[in-house]
Amino acid sequence: MSQIKSLADLNKKREELKTGLIKAIESKNQVQVKVALATCGIASGAKPVMEFFTEQLEKRSIPAVVTQTGCMGYCYAEPTVEVKLPGQDPVVYGFVDLKRADQIIEKYIKTGELVDGIIPVNYETIDSKK
Amino acid sequence: MSKYSTHLMVCGGTSCHSAESDVIVCNLRDEIEAKGLSDKVQVILTGCFGFCDKGPIVKVMPDNTIYVNVKPEDAQTIVEEHVIKGKKIERLLYKDPKSNEIIKHAEDMDFFKKQLRIVLRNCGVIDPEKIDDYIARDGYQALGKVLTEMTPEQVIKIVKDSGQRGRGGAGFPTGLKWEIASRNKADQKYVVCNADEGDPGAFMDRSVLEGDPHSVLEAMAICGYSIGASKGLIYVRAEYPLAVHRLKIAINQAREYGLLGNDIFGTGFNFDITLRYGAGAFVCGEETALIHSMEGLRGEPTIKPPFPAQAGYLGKPTNVNNVETFAAIPVIILKGAEWFSKIGTEKSKGTKVFALAGKINNVGLIEVPMGTTLREIIFEIGGGIRNGKKFKAVQTGGPSGGCLTEKHLDIPIDFDNLVAAGSMMGSGGMIVMDEDNCMVSVSKFYLDFTVEESCGKCAPCRIGNKRLNELLGRICDGKGTLEDLDRLRNMSQVIKDTALCGLGQSSPNPVLSTLDNFMNEYVAHVKDKKCPAGQCKNLMEYVINPENCVGCTACARVCPVNAISGQRKEVHHIDPAICIKCGACKEKCKFDAIFIR
Repeated sequence: MSQIKSLADLNKKREELKTGLIKAIESKNQVQVKVALATCGIASGAKPVMEFFTEQLEKRSIPAVVTQTGCMGYCYAEPTVEVKLPGQDPVVYGFVDLKRADQIIEKYIKTGELVDGIIPVNYETIDSKK
Repeated sequence: MSKYSTHLMVCGGTSCHSAESDVIVCNLRDEIEAKGLSDKVQVILTGCFGFCDKGPIVKVMPDNTIYVNVKPEDAQTIVEEHVIKGKKIERLLYKDPKSNEIIKHAEDMDFFKKQLRIVLRNCGVIDPEKIDDYIARDGYQALGKVLTEMTPEQVIKIVKDSGQRGRGGAGFPTGLKWEIASRNKADQKYVVCNADEGDPGAFMDRSVLEGDPHSVLEAMAICGYSIGASKGLIYVRAEYPLAVHRLKIAINQAREYGLLGNDIFGTGFNFDITLRYGAGAFVCGEETALIHSMEGLRGEPTIKPPFPAQAGYLGKPTNVNNVETFAAIPVIILKGAEWFSKIGTEKSKGTKVFALAGKINNVGLIEVPMGTTLREIIFEIGGGIRNGKKFKAVQTGGPSGGCLTEKHLDIPIDFDNLVAAGSMMGSGGMIVMDEDNCMVSVSKFYLDFTVEESCGKCAPCRIGNKRLNELLGRICDGKGTLEDLDRLRNMSQVIKDTALCGLGQSSPNPVLSTLDNFMNEYVAHVKDKKCPAGQCKNLMEYVINPENCVGCTACARVCPVNAISGQRKEVHHIDPAICIKCGACKEKCKFDAIFIR
């Protein structure tokens, strides 16, 4: 890891990461899966769900990146998982057990067909607020 | 969405579900099949849209139309008019309550955007264990800007102008706190992050630390620069192992990148952060007690002044801020004071994170602009009360706060309005209670907590709260008198006026606010010896209704104390002297023969 020694270094790093990450994922047509792994998610069984996604996507030869993230705020619907198909808006699924995880892979990721349990976005972010 | 051309998304949140959204799904599916559209139109049950007051909600994709208050019998119209003919059904569209205009597109509806995420901007978005994710989302930009372009005075001015107030509970202006700490000269100063989140039902700090630890580190460094401190300490609960784990990773990554340590961004500014673990004492959230605990002393508060800004950690000027306060700082620096101060109410700027808990459908973490009403939070974002029960009260501010009722639902929430209503902001826990909660027991629950957590240093808190708790216990046992109610109020006032620190001064708040708002319940306990909510065990009696009892003996077999007598096929009887009110018999009875009196 190289040190960041100036603001210019940081800006360079940011641009590399921003464009680099997006390009890498888009170019490989990768599916992005984010599992909310905060205490609330883990307590509701998010860890096996994340393992399931990692293993099964590889087993079923679907190019994908599975990462962990923090609490999305929908504690009542844990475990929650965000899936982003290439070129599409991300979709958040709630109450994801292994059965639903399997459905998400088979239906949503493979064919783009939506699966029950979507949590609609109900907040604004600082990026959208002028 | 390759196969289907149209999606009908039906809200399956708890609140819409109880309004028959599952029937709507069935009807829509039947209708679609009848019209031979099964391969073109898909019906999906979704999670909560966060607008339960107008539920059930059906959203049509891809044209993004939202129908509100949909009934099962509307399914046919939706399929025939909208799906087949492409015509929007005016009567089911949402009307803006202010202009009474029909709103056709989901994007134009502000009600779906009640939440604004500033503090939680990265939670659930980035991988908290990867600093690169944070940097890609403008992480450490604010620190870079501050160190290379601004003087410490300018930083303090931005924070002051933003109107940000401390999110730990008291609402002290953050900029002013920084200014005071910056003015005090010393060879060493400290920045402390208070991550000792102790309110029952509050978990916003934990979620920020678990989801976005770098935002706190960055803000602490910014604070260090503006007050002239080179050392930061995070006082975090040892009960938050995941937060501790992720903080450790974050600190190491920031050090490796040179974003913590010496000569940050080549500007000669040094700043490093270490962790201190708290053992979970509630009083250690009070800043002087917290500092003593970090010094290895007893976690007891001391009288202010001297304030920590004058003589804090190891006697040096110390600035203590809460996790949530820090997490908003980088955004304030990057977006400017004016941007931040436009959000919120006149005296409380920005947003507040609330942890919704209790008898509410959508338990979770939300962030709303200051000035949002309790009604919007509980009935829209929160999805209303569980199992269709009636809302009774909401407890805000933890053990130091109070209970607010129906009449307070439309108050715009900010620091001052909550205090005026007899509660407080606190750290942002919101525990919602329904008709089944006994308010005397609720205030006793909080008193149990403060009695347990009192450090014992001052008499009003140590002895006074204990006595208050005993009085409440007597009332719950049906041994209270009307004079006890006066005594409760009197003693509460004395404790409030004389206790040493914030814990004691605010501990009678739950008692006072329930006395104010639920006097009738107290009176029922002492006069009629009844608990209207049916919660106080000593005030209730399990009775067998002879008309329903068939003498199956199921209750007698399940009773753990053999309080139920009776022959097979004869009416049974519960001996109230032996009964421990566990409720096992009532649960077991298949004939609804056992009830509570």
